[in-house]
Amino acid sequence: MTVDDAPSGLVRRDAPDPLSILRPDGTVSEHYEPEIPDEQLLAAFRMMLLSRATSERAISLQRQGRLGTIATPDGQEAAMVGSAMALDPGRDWVVPTYRELPAMLQMGLPLWRFLLYYRGHPLGNLMPEGVNLLPVQISLATQVPHAVGLAWGLRHQGSDAVVVVYFGEGAASEGDVHEAMNLAGVRGAPVIFVLQDNGWAISTPVSKQSATSSFALRAAGYGFPGELVDGNDLLAVHAATRRAVQRARAGDGPTLIEARTYRLAPHNTSDDNTRYVEAESLEGARALDPIPRLRTYLSGRGLIDEPAEEAMREQISGELADAVGAMEQAAGEMGVEHLYDSAYESPHPRLARQRAAALGEEGER
Amino acid sequence: MAEMNMIEAIRSTLAAEMERDERVLLLGQDIGVNGGVFRATEGLQDRFGEERVVDMPLAEGVIVGAAVGLAASGLVPIPELQFLGFGSQAFHQIEGQVARMRARSAGRFPMPMVIRAPFGGNVRTPELHSDAHEAKYVQSPGLKVAMPATAHDAKGLLAEAIRDPDPVLFCEPLRGYRLQKDEVPEEDYTVPFGSARIVRDGGDLTIVAWSAAVALAERAAERVQEEDGVDCTVIDLRTLVPFDEVTVIEAFARTGRGLVVHEAPLTSGFGAEVVATVQEGAFWSLEAPVARVAAPDVPYPIGPIEERYVPSLERVVNAIRRVVEIA
Repeated sequence: MTVDDAPSGLVRRDAPDPLSILRPDGTVSEHYEPEIPDEQLLAAFRMMLLSRATSERAISLQRQGRLGTIATPDGQEAAMVGSAMALDPGRDWVVPTYRELPAMLQMGLPLWRFLLYYRGHPLGNLMPEGVNLLPVQISLATQVPHAVGLAWGLRHQGSDAVVVVYFGEGAASEGDVHEAMNLAGVRGAPVIFVLQDNGWAISTPVSKQSATSSFALRAAGYGFPGELVDGNDLLAVHAATRRAVQRARAGDGPTLIEARTYRLAPHNTSDDNTRYVEAESLEGARALDPIPRLRTYLSGRGLIDEPAEEAMREQISGELADAVGAMEQAAGEMGVEHLYDSAYESPHPRLARQRAAALGEEGER
Repeated sequence: MAEMNMIEAIRSTLAAEMERDERVLLLGQDIGVNGGVFRATEGLQDRFGEERVVDMPLAEGVIVGAAVGLAASGLVPIPELQFLGFGSQAFHQIEGQVARMRARSAGRFPMPMVIRAPFGGNVRTPELHSDAHEAKYVQSPGLKVAMPATAHDAKGLLAEAIRDPDPVLFCEPLRGYRLQKDEVPEEDYTVPFGSARIVRDGGDLTIVAWSAAVALAERAAERVQEEDGVDCTVIDLRTLVPFDEVTVIEAFARTGRGLVVHEAPLTSGFGAEVVATVQEGAFWSLEAPVARVAAPDVPYPIGPIEERYVPSLERVVNAIRRVVEIA
């Protein structure tokens, strides 16, 4: 026997099959036992509709100059809602980036506050007391270490809270994600890494981010489980997250969930995805849209029909109009003193002199 | 009152603050069983347990990044960077996250934490262990920057930093760890930030310094007193953010001449800020251009040649003589 014939220590590099419960045609795997009460399923569907409706409205407001640049979550609603609905908003936490609208709403953020953030208003990132969200993160991947520290700190203080952190396949190339997952494994932190592979980091396809067949395989290198799920399958994302929550709450440590989904919209309102996404591939992805898939399932079970959905949409459009109104009411110009008062608990003497000078100039204006 | 070196002052202050406030925890590389590579945390893991003195993976980014989450959860973390030179691997977390979190969250998530980091030259370290990187952290609004020069101030400033609701970068001079010995009162006290210390008071010239450069400035002042009869004021800034510009301007208004000494490279070092502040605040009192004694604009070298890089006693003395001679 030569060394070439010796038993190989190579680890597997092929992708596992994604966990799939709600198939693209709206039918459900025969192994699935419904674990979500009907009213919660309907609430999830409504949240997904609200998210999509908010995108449409927000883009129109952006075109009118009433909102700034917006990144919409279109196509990723099942990945966000399915995971966030497995949490208890009263004790658990979510650490979001700028695309996580439905997850943030699920945690109790009022919609108008989210719109206020995209209005470009400094108070838009003020998460109200009792809403367990860190502020929106712009510098992708830097929030992942924060989530590990938050989970560790809550446990240190005797809480059984669980933290979900969202990031994408692009951010997964950053060193912070590696450092954070490694630490989470070492500390056994109650954190769930929800990696949404939406296919694109602005114009860079996943094939140029990583040669892996599945990001979930990385978890093995950190000593905790990783699970690949169909990210457009609300039931699968929920089932995987629920398991991960149970593990984390029981003190069994972190989980990585790779939710494979697709970004149906441009990166943001400043981006033109026709420059790099082929029309056919976008069309193929639209056929896998998580919203019609869930609708097919719900109507098959007799939980929703056209008039009921129409009523839901009408209610959503009223809610959206109210939120836009509340946002515009809150969006008044802030005094220049806000600049000087927000960085430290109180401005240090040099900053206080700069503040006084700025207020003096305002007075002369 | 006992005489202590800086490392003893830092260690006893960490212990006292951990005793006082159970929210305080330490995290860093080799800080537990090993007590830190400079023994700053020696004995603390035995005393406070592995959950409050936490040995971390070799990853500066997550040592600071996790501290952001720990602070958000309600704790007061004290992450240690083994050397400030390795802070570059955490800079995105310090500048982009720690310093900005209070403003970003409109006050919901202040970041009470102290990032401890040794630095400074003339101790023959390998590369990237000695670099004086303080100026780039001064350009990170939201952060405070403390640079103690004495064991007395190491205690008082560290206690103040830990109790401060804002995040503090606490830079500890390697050379001072064991060499700098002075009287440290046993009782609890804090040294307020933004209050420079007038180390010695003289009417001919003002020297501004911080950290290990303060002892150098003192020695230079003693030398020119003895050999030239020149009487120097020496100011120890103690903290760069906040910057006690009032004390500096008053001293220059009184003496009309002076210089700044620092270990960081000359260009855009904090000395430039001091000089700009002096010309704004004391222009009509100046009798000579304000000089700077700093490291050259090159990377910090390894080996004995560092003595030609870090400001030396001779360079400071010569600079004083030049400033005094200008008519």
